[in-house]
Amino acid sequence: MNVSPDLDARFRAAALAEGLVDVRFDLVASPVGELFVASTPRGLCRISYTPAGQEEELARLFGSRVLRIPLDEVRRELDEYFAGRRRSFDLALDLRVTPFNAAVLAELARVPYGRLDTYGDLAARVGRPGAARAVGGVMNRNPIPIVLPCHRIVGANGSLTGYAGGLEIKRTLLELEGALLDA
Amino acid sequence: MMAPVAIPPFESFYAEHRGAVLGYLRRMLGPAAEDAWQETFLRALRAYERLERADHLRAWVFTIATRVALDELRGASRSVPLGDGLPEQEAPEPRGFAYGELEHLTGSLPPTERAAVVLRYGYDLPYAEIGAALGSSVDAARAATSSGVRRLRRNLERQP
Repeated sequence: MNVSPDLDARFRAAALAEGLVDVRFDLVASPVGELFVASTPRGLCRISYTPAGQEEELARLFGSRVLRIPLDEVRRELDEYFAGRRRSFDLALDLRVTPFNAAVLAELARVPYGRLDTYGDLAARVGRPGAARAVGGVMNRNPIPIVLPCHRIVGANGSLTGYAGGLEIKRTLLELEGALLDA
Repeated sequence: MMAPVAIPPFESFYAEHRGAVLGYLRRMLGPAAEDAWQETFLRALRAYERLERADHLRAWVFTIATRVALDELRGASRSVPLGDGLPEQEAPEPRGFAYGELEHLTGSLPPTERAAVVLRYGYDLPYAEIGAALGSSVDAARAATSSGVRRLRRNLERQP
């Protein structure tokens, strides 16, 4: 028997209002494809280009009460970013990572819109010069890409190097921000 | 030893069972089913983080739904015969029983028998799980089912 959209929405809203949700998630359309976004009561905890397996992963990290519930504020800020009307995000974040990763991601969050930085510089700024490869690993596992702008981090020679969503998306984001001159 | 089954994200559990639970509650409660359905899944969500096993989730949610429905029926009308899970008389498993022909009459059964019959023949739950849902023994679940089926047959015969 089909559950009507109205009944379904009422249940999800009641679950949220009662504080019974560990993680809520949603799918947000964007120019770089559909984004899986998720938030705990503390803040945004995940943006992913690949929805498959995310719910299970979030259940392991944050608790099994994972439910799809619209994330209007996240959607709105992402829409504004992709429309070129937003240069930084005002969303609270819920990062549960190791201290080294947290330090790198905090430094990453300071890289300005439309600017490029290198893995090596980021490593130096967290007091670990020479740890460029480790910083690359942190970028690769960045739980909240776009908002934490790992797309702005490139190799020492200026090559785009890599991106969890694929280099094409990295290039698109940097072009949107006006960071790339046509080669 | 079998590896423990991981508790699925609530969304998966909900997506898998919401339709069947609504169908069951409609059979039990008619128009009052929607409120009971929401209450069922809210109760499930409240208990979900304490779940330790994932291998009987279907029976688990039907147990919750049954309790919500029986509470509703008992609260709604004290005059409704509740059925105590005891058979009217010992009887073997009904033979040649066509649930499809009698399903529309389940609303005429006392709540416990109604739950037992619908869970057994509408949702194919084994008696052990029906017993768990009713808060009774396996034997009492079997008896309530038999008793309900016999009552359905009598009600069918009385129909014009």
